[in-house]
Order: sequence, then structure tokens, then C-alpha cells
Amino acid sequence: MTPCLARGTLPDILQNFRVLRRVTILLAKMLRLIVAVGLLLPLAVIVTLAGQAKTKKQTATADAAAGKKLFEEHCALCHGIDGRGGRGPSLNRVHLTHAADDEALKGVIMDGIAPNMPQGWYFDDDDVANLVAFVRSLSKVRPDPIPGDVTRGASVYVKSGCSGCHILDGAGTGYGPDLTAIGERRRASFLQQVISKPPAALPEDFLLVKATTPAGETVQGIRVNEDSFTIQIKDPSGRYHSFRKDELTELKKLRGETPMPSFEGILSATEIQDLVAYLASQRGKP
Amino acid sequence: MKIIFGTLLSAVFSVAALGQVPFERIVNADKEPGNWMTYSRDLSGHRFSPLKEITTENVGNLKVQWAFQFPNDASETSPLVVDEVMYITGPNWAAALDVHTGRRLWSWNRAIPKDYHSIGFGLVSRGPTVLDDKLYVATMDCYLVALDLKSGAEIWSSKVGDYKLGYSMTVAPLAIDGKIVVGVSGGEAGIRGFLDAYDAKTGKRAWRFWTIPGPGEPGNETWDGDSWKTGGAPTWVTGAYDPELKLVYWGVGNPGPDWDGEVRKGDNLYSCSFVALEAETGKLRWYFQFTPHDTHDWDAAHTPVLFNAKIDGRERKLIASANRNAFYYVLDRETGEFIAGQPYAKETWASGLDPKGKPIKLPDSDPKEKGTLVWPNMNGATVWFSQSYSPETGLFYVAVREIGSRYFKRESRYKPGTLFVAGGEDELPPDDVWGEIRALEATTGDTKWIFKLQSPPWAGVLSTAGGLVFSGSDEGNFYALDARTGKALWDFQTGGTIAANPISFTVNGKQRIAISANRVLYVFGF
Repeated sequence: MTPCLARGTLPDILQNFRVLRRVTILLAKMLRLIVAVGLLLPLAVIVTLAGQAKTKKQTATADAAAGKKLFEEHCALCHGIDGRGGRGPSLNRVHLTHAADDEALKGVIMDGIAPNMPQGWYFDDDDVANLVAFVRSLSKVRPDPIPGDVTRGASVYVKSGCSGCHILDGAGTGYGPDLTAIGERRRASFLQQVISKPPAALPEDFLLVKATTPAGETVQGIRVNEDSFTIQIKDPSGRYHSFRKDELTELKKLRGETPMPSFEGILSATEIQDLVAYLASQRGKP
Repeated sequence: MKIIFGTLLSAVFSVAALGQVPFERIVNADKEPGNWMTYSRDLSGHRFSPLKEITTENVGNLKVQWAFQFPNDASETSPLVVDEVMYITGPNWAAALDVHTGRRLWSWNRAIPKDYHSIGFGLVSRGPTVLDDKLYVATMDCYLVALDLKSGAEIWSSKVGDYKLGYSMTVAPLAIDGKIVVGVSGGEAGIRGFLDAYDAKTGKRAWRFWTIPGPGEPGNETWDGDSWKTGGAPTWVTGAYDPELKLVYWGVGNPGPDWDGEVRKGDNLYSCSFVALEAETGKLRWYFQFTPHDTHDWDAAHTPVLFNAKIDGRERKLIASANRNAFYYVLDRETGEFIAGQPYAKETWASGLDPKGKPIKLPDSDPKEKGTLVWPNMNGATVWFSQSYSPETGLFYVAVREIGSRYFKRESRYKPGTLFVAGGEDELPPDDVWGEIRALEATTGDTKWIFKLQSPPWAGVLSTAGGLVFSGSDEGNFYALDARTGKALWDFQTGGTIAANPISFTVNGKQRIAISANRVLYVFGF
């Protein structure tokens, strides 16, 4: 049921009307009781009841499972059955482009985004809350047990020279992924794997490439952009290179490779645990 | 002298009566290649320009001449150019531009009702059509509107369908002799599809062809129970017309709900078919169903391509199409008889076509609860954007989407005016999929050459007598290929995703190429 009559379909409006009628009857009965008994007690009951109802509405937990069902029925056409994207963008990200917070996400679901995303005019408040819960669950990292020590992990981070390739809290070199809020995006088990066996846990859409020019110069780095005719590469120094693909002698796509070294054998098992704990604690700035 | 004067006078009167673009001009489009007077330039759906000032030798010198910013994102408009005026559309919007500069001459718009909802597609318009002294535009809220070609003033509007039930229009209408043919979107909203023709002068409906036969009509038995009432089968891409046979050819979309075939057992006629309709009455002459009982959303949403060629030593009137289901088909356009067909893209759902052209379906290709990996994906190996036939090379050019996905089946309830699809898909990752422009031998479908694209495209193909093929990439490249070899000769980064069809025309006799890229319409030339 929706409290906003203007948005409701006919059955919704009728439903609202029935609810309003029930509330009116209830209030009328109570008023009659107040008059009949002449005591203020029933008024207190009303206030308490109203307060309880309000509290109940506020604390009602949205049901992500119900949201999943609605998502599959109404949203999967464009966003993919599991929210990984398709015709529309992926939604399994902490930061959604059009929804800074849950209220904004509700707005997007109700109002759509012209010209491609339709309005969810037929969802009631509970539906929207459930959808929000499901969409947010797509980017929630399930907590792993983290045995390491965060403070010691910070020292391991510094000692291992991670900031030579990564930025964390604004410090470091931006060649590899920004680690500022990595704990929000990645589970501890994933972080553990990246540190020990980097090629086994590459980020989505990550590609290392090696371009060779007719002059014999080679540029190896991370692909930042590619269209049907050109490619842009960022090298380890952070410098960007742009090539026309038909002008290169060779363009090797190093699928499954990464410039990140394995720290297995370099760091002890305890140090890796500590580093994982430190990274998992990086939740970004509020 | 009197006779000459009389003839002149009657000529003047007849022009005045018929207006600027009598149907004969469109039929004889090849006589004035500097204009682009119907969606595909000719009624045969070729999207081929006989202009040859821009050639394989000089195409590298193409430069932007002017650009126009649309009021809307993601333009899919295919412009018309008539007598040095360009006509374009957007959602519930149309404009006339000075073709020399891109400056706006007039514009028209119709407010989209607040309770309008597009169901399963974006707010787009794929272009206008012109006949006599009027421009015709199909609107999102499902009205066909006739505008005065000179001023943009509204002459009449006719309600085609009820948008509250999910009927909508994104199609460029097709002008035939005295009538405007127009189809509807809504295949994801549980509509019952149809194709309409309206009297071009008055806006009165001349005929309606239901793409799902009603009870008692042949074909209704191909729908289980009441499923025909909400079976989809929309008609959302412009068709073709043979003025000699007086037949309208049109593609019909997917059955609904898209991914759950259990609730609509049967072949589901005439979904995923080409239909040939008599222009005068809308009566069905023949149909050919590409994908019986589709469960992958593979609309036959393509402009049919009509050409004549010798088959086994006999000159035949043909109709061809690269279908969303990854097979290329050649049929006889007088009878609908299947002549040739084969896959033109990766597909994993059929082992081939039987002698009648019916797909031999592989087991386990239907969507399931846990997902079924099938190539192509739901948007198909190609979709609404233009295919092109060049009479110069005898080749058929198609923008190919090499992409598979996991199809999922879910429960769905029909609720009027809401999405009715029963599932979804999960596309393969971007580096596992790609795009192509393919040149096929038009009579057989044999691949002559392939030009590879970074990602599956959403842009149509234009071929020209200058030996060129133009198209756009999803990453924003607009480019020209050698029509005989597929070699890339020129490209330009437009800065926006291209999901539109190119056209070619002349300005003061100089050849131009136009394409929409997101919000911008670019016009190229020397």
C-alpha cells in the first residue's frame, strides 16, 4: 500500500481508502469512549499506539529476499539477473552513480532516469525498501573472520612498498587500484589471495597490455580505455600513452597477468594476515 | 499553345494538390540520389546511396561540416533530407534543419503524459517519414501525428494504441501510396501486437493487422489458452514496400512473456516472423517465422531487404534479412518460400535450418531457473539498426553482435502497463565478447569479409556507390570501410555511443554523410 494517493493505482487507492476508513472508525470509537468514560487514559492509549505504529514503521527491516524477487521481475531486463549489468549499468558497486544514499536510490527506483530507465510507479513503499535492500546487498562484503592485527598490518603496508603502486587515503602512486575503501569492496579472503597469488584474483575488466611501436619501443601497462581503433595505456610511472591500433607492430593482451608481485615467501604468513586485516579495515571516509 | 498552357496549369495544380513529395518521388528515389526521402532511402530497405563523390581514395579527408545538439540523450534518429531541408525526430519531438548549416528552421513537440511509462526500452524515436506536403511522426504515447512539412504545424493526430496498456511507438513510420504504415512497441508489456495503416490525408485508420490472430482465426491455435491476449508480437522497426507487388513487408517481435515459454505453448504466430501484407487491405499474403516459440527475445525486428537476383538460373524477387537469432535468410518475396539460410554469427541454440528454413533446435537451450548459456544474447546477433545491400557489390552488410549470455527464467504475472518478461540474462564479460561488420554474399549468406569491433555494436550500416560502408561503434567511432575488402579507411571519434543509422545526401551537389552519436548529430563532407 502506498500513502501517496496520487501515485497509486486504483486498487492501491481503494486499499488506502479502506485503511483510512478503518483508522477513522477506530478513532471515532475511541473518541466516543473518551466522552463516555470522561478519562484521559484512552487518549494516552491513542498516543502510545500512534507512537508504537510510528516506531514500527521506522524500524521495519527491509526484506532483501523479497527485493530480489521484484528485481528479477522488473529490473533484470536491463541490469542483469544478478545486478552485474547488461543494457543498463552494473549495480554491484558501493557507489552508485545516481544514488548517493538509500533515499536517493528510492527516488531513482520510483522516478527512473530519462531516457532509459523507466519509473517504478507501480511499487509501493515496502517494495521500494525491499528493492533498495537487495540492490545494496549486491555490494555488501560478507565479513570473513580476520585473525590479523590492523596496527601491525599498517607497518607491513609501509614496509612492503605498497604505496609505490597504490593510493590509500590520498597517499601513494595511482598505478594500481585505489585502496582507500578496499575493505568495502573486497572480502578478506579475496585480499589474501591478491597478496599471495595476484593473477588468481584480478579485478573485473582489468587488462595488462604490451604495445610495440614500429620504432621498436614497447609500452607495458594497464589498459585504461580501448575503442575499435585506438587504445590508451597507463604505464607504471603513471604516464598515459595513446596509440592507433593499426599503427602498432604488435598489441599483446596479457590476459591473466598483472604487474602486482606475489608476496608469498616475501612476507610471513602472520604479516600477510596483518596486512589483510589492515586493508579490510579500510572503509573510506564518511 | 492552349494545350501546352493547359498541361502546364494542370501540372502546377497537381503539384499543389500532391504537395512537395508525391509518392512517385519516393518510388523513384534513385533519380534524385541527393535526397533521402524515406527511412532506408528506398522502399526496398537497402540503405544504399548511389552517391559516389566520396570514394575509397578520398574518404580519409572527411571532416565535420556541422553538428547539431539534440534536446534528448541517446538519439536513434535516422534523418530525412528533402530539397536541402533535414528532418529529425526525438521522443515526441521533431525538427527541420537547414542542411547547409544545421540551423533549426522549425521544431514541434508534444508533451509526454506524466503517467506514460516506457516498458523495456528507452525514450527514443527512430525518425520521421514524409509524403506529399506532410511529415509523419510516431510518438511515445502512441499517436501518429502529421505535421506541415513547411512549418511544422500539426495537421492531424490519430491514436494508434493505449499507452496505459504498454503500447508505445519508437518506429519511423513508412509512407506508401496514400497511406502511412506504423507499428507498435510493447513486447515486454504483454500487449497484443498489430500493424496499422492510416490515410495520409485524413489520419483515418485504413486497416489493422493483428500480429496475434484472435479466436477462430488461423494461427490462434499456436497460442496456449488465453496466452494470445498478452502475447506481445510488436512491430517496432520500419518495414519495406514493393510498389509493383503492392505488398508491405514487416518484421514482428518476440512473444511474451519473453523467457517463459511454458505459459504460451505453441509456435506463437506471428511472433518472430516477417509478414507480407496487401497494401490496400492489410490482408496477410504470407508469413515466414524465423524462430517458432521463441524464448530468447529474438524479435524479427529488422527492416526487410528486397532485391532481385538469379537463383539457379532463374530471376527471382527476393527478401533477405540477418535475423536476431544469428541466421541469415533469403526468401521469395512473392510467396515467402525459403531459398537459403545459414548462421552469420556465433550461435549455440540450433544445429542448422531444415529444408523449409525452420531451425533445428538443440536441447537445453531454453532459459532455466539456474541459467542457460546461449549465444547470441537477448539483444541478438543483430537487432533494429540497419542492414545494407549494395547492388554494386551484390553484398549484404550487417553489424554483428558476437555475444552470449546466461538466460534465466523467473515467475511473472501480467499486470496491465507493467513489465511482463519472466526472467533476465547475465551477459558474458566485455573482453569475452566483440562486434563485427560482416559482408555476406546476398543470395547465399556466405561470409565475404569480417571487420572486427571492440564491442557488440548498436549502430546500423550504410553502403554507397563510392565503394564504402559506413557504421559506428559502441565506443563512439564513426568509420568507413572498403565495401569490397572490409579494410578500414577512415574513422572519427564522436565522443558518444553510436546507436543510430547513417544516411548520405548532398548539399549544393556535394556529398554528405550524417550520423547521430548520443546527443549530437554530425554531418561529414569535404
